[in-house]
Amino acid sequence: MTRTEFWQGNTACAEGALAAGCNFFGGYPITPSTEVAEHMASELPKRNGVFIQMEDEIASMASIIGASWTGARAMTATSGPGFSLMMENIGFAAMTETPCVVVNVQRGGPSTGQPTMAAQGDMLQARFGSHGDYSIIALCPATVQEMYEMTVKAFNLADTYRVPVFLMADEVVGHMREKIIIPDAVERVPRRELARGTLPFHTGGDLAPGFPQFGRGYSVHVTGLTHDERGYPAATNPKLHAALVQRLVDKIELARDTIADYDIINPDAEDLFIAYGAPVRTVQQVMHDRPKEKIGFLRLRTVWPFPEKALSLFKNAKRVLVPEMNLGQMAREFERHTKVSVISIPKLGGELHTPDELVAVLEAR
Amino acid sequence: MRHEVRLSGFGGQGIILSAVILGRAAVMYDSKYAVQTQVYGPEARGGASMSQVIIDDNPILFPKVTDPKIYVIMSQEGFEKYGANAPKDAIMLIDTTLVHSRPECPCIEIPATREAKQALGKDIVANIVMLGALVATTHVVSEVALEKAILDSVPKGTGTLNQKAMKLGVELAEGASGK
Repeated sequence: MTRTEFWQGNTACAEGALAAGCNFFGGYPITPSTEVAEHMASELPKRNGVFIQMEDEIASMASIIGASWTGARAMTATSGPGFSLMMENIGFAAMTETPCVVVNVQRGGPSTGQPTMAAQGDMLQARFGSHGDYSIIALCPATVQEMYEMTVKAFNLADTYRVPVFLMADEVVGHMREKIIIPDAVERVPRRELARGTLPFHTGGDLAPGFPQFGRGYSVHVTGLTHDERGYPAATNPKLHAALVQRLVDKIELARDTIADYDIINPDAEDLFIAYGAPVRTVQQVMHDRPKEKIGFLRLRTVWPFPEKALSLFKNAKRVLVPEMNLGQMAREFERHTKVSVISIPKLGGELHTPDELVAVLEAR
Repeated sequence: MRHEVRLSGFGGQGIILSAVILGRAAVMYDSKYAVQTQVYGPEARGGASMSQVIIDDNPILFPKVTDPKIYVIMSQEGFEKYGANAPKDAIMLIDTTLVHSRPECPCIEIPATREAKQALGKDIVANIVMLGALVATTHVVSEVALEKAILDSVPKGTGTLNQKAMKLGVELAEGASGK
């Protein structure tokens, strides 16, 4: 029996994590993500899970990496300033191929900016914020229902690809309450264990190696230095470094069609909206209010890696309209993948685009 | 039919809780859709608190209130900040114990805080009195749904008090003449 609830997005995120089997949360409360930590703090101890409030977000990220190596499904939640502090250890998680989930309920930046207002200003930071080349997966929920579902999905992707997965929410979706239908059970994709007798970072032709969990008899050395298949530092071996980093990128980028999650509406339209997160709701309202017009819509749930194939399905597109609560961060990415004119509809200030604002751009030909 | 409701008062009156109860009533007990949002800034803590609820028979796409036509105002500062500009075709329920201004739109005067104190001995349930009056006046949710959502949401042991507060609100609204 499914059940209906009237939940805040952040509560739905925490409940999704619990349904996915999350048993470790290390974090530092920050508006507008605090309710995620609050809910995990009250629920995890009842389920033999661990909640730790760390001293800051650097430590929060470190704690979930450590917990993940013990086999835990580990998560943290934060917002802009905390996300910035996490960057160093996000790189460590990428380099050590540590499955983990980071929720970023985005608020206005830079710096402490607008704690209680919405933004999508961390979209490029999510992809490129730590140093060096690597790849990650980023999901963007637009409803309270998706806060739940995508948190579940984030854990499964993290374990499948041994990579940090970001739930790039925003204050609108994190704080609003709305109807949500809770399923009986959710899909849990188990972490693939390293085959016995195999070197810990030997992939055997797969892009991600099996996982040698601490405490299960594997001898593993985990380091952020460039490492060989044994996990030992080999930081001056050019070929080995090139192959390792290329694999860290390829394991995500070559799987982009598998990871991709999007909806396509009116693929033969000339005007095409692309949106992710809360602005999806504004686009949906505009399309609902103008039923006679053929308006194309590529609605992204996976933003990184960007599912470029989806864009090529809109063969008649003459304009790509991209409403974002930032100065056009993803619009720039979309531009790389199309010859059609990409019109950024940026919005700063902390408020969601209104339908009227999108209509004005739609009508300005 | 999309209804946009705005509630305002001062921090501590239970304005946010009222909005959550209203949304919960619609979703859980009237099989409707609802979105509840609120102002989160520091000024919402002691000063004017504001929360908005959209109620619709169909799924709600744009989740923000743009043109509220139903107002529940429980403080003078709340009126000045969030109620004074209500359009003429709106309807406003006012707690006359705490608000001396009147809007240009039709207004239902409910002495919620005074009556909660006099009839029930607890002015803390004034917000529930206002919810009862709101539902009796506008029918944005059913009274049955509201009562259930109230009982879900209030502290244990206060159910009967809050049921009485809701009923008091319904009676006050039925007795009040629109002005």
